[in-house]
Amino acid sequence: MAEKLTIGKALNLGLRRALESDPKVLIMGEDVGKLGGVFRITDGLQKDFGEERVIDTPLAESGIIGTAVGLAIRGYRPVCEIQFDGFVYPAYDQIVSQVAKMHYRSQGRVKMPMVIRIPFGGGIGAVEHHSESPEAYFAHTAGLKVVSCATPEDAYMMIQQAVASDDPIVFLEPKRRYYEKGDVEVDADLAGAYPLHASRLTRPGTDATVIAYGPMVRTALDAANAAAADGRELEVFDLRSLSPLDLDPVYESVRRTGRCVVVHEAPSNVGLGAEVAARITEHCFYSLEAPVLRVTGYDTPYPAARVEEEFLPDLDRVLDAVDRTFGW
Amino acid sequence: MTKGRGAGGESAPGFVQLLTPDGERIDKVTGADGVEYTVDFTDDEYRGLYRDLVVVRKLDAEATALQRQGELGIWASLLGQEAAQVGSGRALRPQDMAFPTYREHGVLYCRGIDPIMPLSLFRGVDHGAWDPVEFRFNMYTIVIGAQTLHATGYAMGITKDGKVGNDDGEAVIAYFGDGASSQGDVNEAFIWASVFNAPIVFFCQNNQYAISEPIEKQTRVPLYQRASGFGFPGVRVDGNDVLASYAVTRAALDHARHGQGPTLIEAYTYRMGAHTTTDDPTRYRMAGEVESWQAKDPIARVRAFITKQQIAGDDFFTEVDELARRESLALRERVLAMEDPDPLTIFEHVYPHGSPLVDSQRQGFAEYMDSFEGSAH
Ligand SMILES: Cc1ncc(C[n+]2csc(CCOP(=O)(O)OP(=O)(O)O)c2C)c(N)n1
Ligand SMILES: [Mg+2]
Repeated sequence: MAEKLTIGKALNLGLRRALESDPKVLIMGEDVGKLGGVFRITDGLQKDFGEERVIDTPLAESGIIGTAVGLAIRGYRPVCEIQFDGFVYPAYDQIVSQVAKMHYRSQGRVKMPMVIRIPFGGGIGAVEHHSESPEAYFAHTAGLKVVSCATPEDAYMMIQQAVASDDPIVFLEPKRRYYEKGDVEVDADLAGAYPLHASRLTRPGTDATVIAYGPMVRTALDAANAAAADGRELEVFDLRSLSPLDLDPVYESVRRTGRCVVVHEAPSNVGLGAEVAARITEHCFYSLEAPVLRVTGYDTPYPAARVEEEFLPDLDRVLDAVDRTFGW
Repeated sequence: MTKGRGAGGESAPGFVQLLTPDGERIDKVTGADGVEYTVDFTDDEYRGLYRDLVVVRKLDAEATALQRQGELGIWASLLGQEAAQVGSGRALRPQDMAFPTYREHGVLYCRGIDPIMPLSLFRGVDHGAWDPVEFRFNMYTIVIGAQTLHATGYAMGITKDGKVGNDDGEAVIAYFGDGASSQGDVNEAFIWASVFNAPIVFFCQNNQYAISEPIEKQTRVPLYQRASGFGFPGVRVDGNDVLASYAVTRAALDHARHGQGPTLIEAYTYRMGAHTTTDDPTRYRMAGEVESWQAKDPIARVRAFITKQQIAGDDFFTEVDELARRESLALRERVLAMEDPDPLTIFEHVYPHGSPLVDSQRQGFAEYMDSFEGSAH
C-alpha cells in the first residue's frame, strides 16, 4: 500500500519496522526519547518500544559511538543518532579507529552492525556547525560504508536495509529535505528492495549526465526540468551509496552523453566529486566531450546563514556547469 | 532509585544561599568546599545588581521577540538564569577572562560589553566575529564543552606569564551546562586544570536540562561533587540567588588568581524557557515543574529584599523598567538595521594570508555573480 510520507516520517516508520523485526536493534542518542529527536525522526519510538531500546544518552558523542561498539560486540544492533553533522567529530576517533577497523582487526570475528545516522547539509538558516557535509571523511575510511537517501521511498527502505546490514554504515539524511513528500510502499518487503549500495537513474536524458546525492538530488532534478524547457535533456543519477560507489550505470550514461557534472554541497577539495570524476575519466575517457565538472560548496568553512544560498550549489550553478561542458 | 538522585536539590549539604526566594537575607553560609560565604554590598550595589537583572531579562525577551518576528535565525534565551550570570559576571575583575557557551548574554552585559555584539551571530550575519582578547570574553562556542579546554589552556598561559600569586593576578572563568558535564572535553579540562594548577573557575549552570534530557540522564551525583575526584574543590550555589552567585564566584576567582588552583561551581538554577526558539519544552516537561521554579524567581527576591530593607522605592523600580525598555528598543533598532554580509565575505579569513584555491574560487564566484548583472536572474 502506498502512503504519502515526508522523508522524516518515512525514516521514522523505517526505524519502527527495524525495531519490530529484530529485538536486538537499539536506538541511542541525544534527545531521541521523549522529544523524538530535534527533527522528530524517532518520534513515538521510546513510547512504544521502551527506554531499554530507545535510549536517551548522556551528552557525549564519543560515548554514544564507543558504547555502541561494546553493545555490538555483545550482539546488539545499535542505531546511533548524531544530532547534527557538526557534532559528529567528538566521535570521529571511535568511528575511524574502532568502528571501521574492528572487523579487519579481528579477521572477521567481530562485526559492527551499527548505523550512525547524521542529518547533514545546509540550507536551513542555522548557526555554525549545523549545516556541514562531512561525507568525504567517512567515505575515505576503509571499513565504513556511507549512504545517503534523497526520497521518502529510499529513506524508508534504506534505513531498514542499513540496520539489517552487518557493516557499520554512516547514514546521511538530507535535513533540509526532511519535509519533502512522496509515495512510500509501506508494506514492501526488504528482500525485494532495490539494493542499498546501488546508484539509481532518477531521470533519463540524452545530452549530459548529472550526478548528485542527498539534498542535491532535488537540485539536480530541478536543473534538469529547467534545461528541458530549453530543449536540453539531462540524465540525473542519485548515487545513494557514497562508499562503495556504484558507477557502472553512470559510465554507461556518460559514454552516451559525453558530458558529466557532479554536484555536492561539500567543498570540492578532495571531495566525493573528485573521486567520481577520476573514475569516470578512467572509464569513459574516449567518450568525453569535456572534462567532468564539479559543482560544490566552496573550500571555506560553511558560511553564516545569510549568505548560505550563495555558498550552496543551486539550479543556476548546475546549469552553468552543464553549459560549460557544451562550450568546451 | 529515588527521584532527582543526580540533583540533591537545594537540600544538598553546603548549598550556598544568601537570599531566600522570599527576599530574606542569610548572613553567612559555609559551602560544601568549607569556605564561609557572605557579601557586604552598599545600597548602591544592591540597586546595581537589581538593575542588571532587569535589563538582562528585558534584552533577552526582546531577542526572543525578534526571533519570533523573523529577525533572528534562532535565540538561546537565558530566562531564569539571570542571577547566575549577573552574579558571576559582576564577580569578574577587569583583568579576568571569560569563556562562554552560547547562552551567556548576561555575563557579556556585566562585562560592560555592548549587548548587540552576539546578535549578528543569531541573525546569521556572522559566526561571532569579535576579538576575545579585546573584550576578555571569548566568542560563543556552540560545540558543547569545547571551550572548557580553551579556557584551561588560556589559564595555563597566565601561569606561564607569571600573572598569578597576588591580588593583581588574572583568573579565567569557563561557563558550561549540566549536559556538557558529560563531554570528554570537559572532563579533560578538569584533569588539565588540576594537574597544571591552572587559575580557572569552572562555572556550571545546572539549569536541569540539556535540551529535553533532565539532569538524571547525565549524573547520579550532584555535579559539584565531581570536582573532588579531579582534585579540586566543588561547591553548589543557588543559581537563582545573585548574592550567593557573586560571593562564590568572587571567592573562587580570587583563590585562582592567588595561584591556588581551580574550583568547580555548580549554579543550581532552571531554564524557564525553551532550550532555544526552535525547541518545544511541552513535549518533555510538566507545567507544574516550571511553576515551582517560578516561585524561586531570581529577580522577585531581590526586589522583595530591596523593598523590605527600604533600599529603594517604587520610583527606582519604575526607573529601572524604563531603562530596560529604552535599552531593548535600542537593541531592536540596531538589529533591524543590520545589513546582510556581502556574499564575497564567504571567502575572507579562511587563512591569514589567503590560499591559491580559495582565492581562485573567490574570483570565479565574483565573475559568476557578475554574469547575472542586468539579466533576468
Ligand atoms: C558536541 C555537541 N553535541 C550536541 C550539540 C547539540 N546541543 C546543543 S545545546 C545541547 C544541550 C546542552 O545542554 P547543557 O550543556 O545543559 O547546556 P544548556 O543548553 O542547558 O545551557 C545540545 C545537545 C552540540 N551543540 N554540540
Ligand atoms: Mg542545561
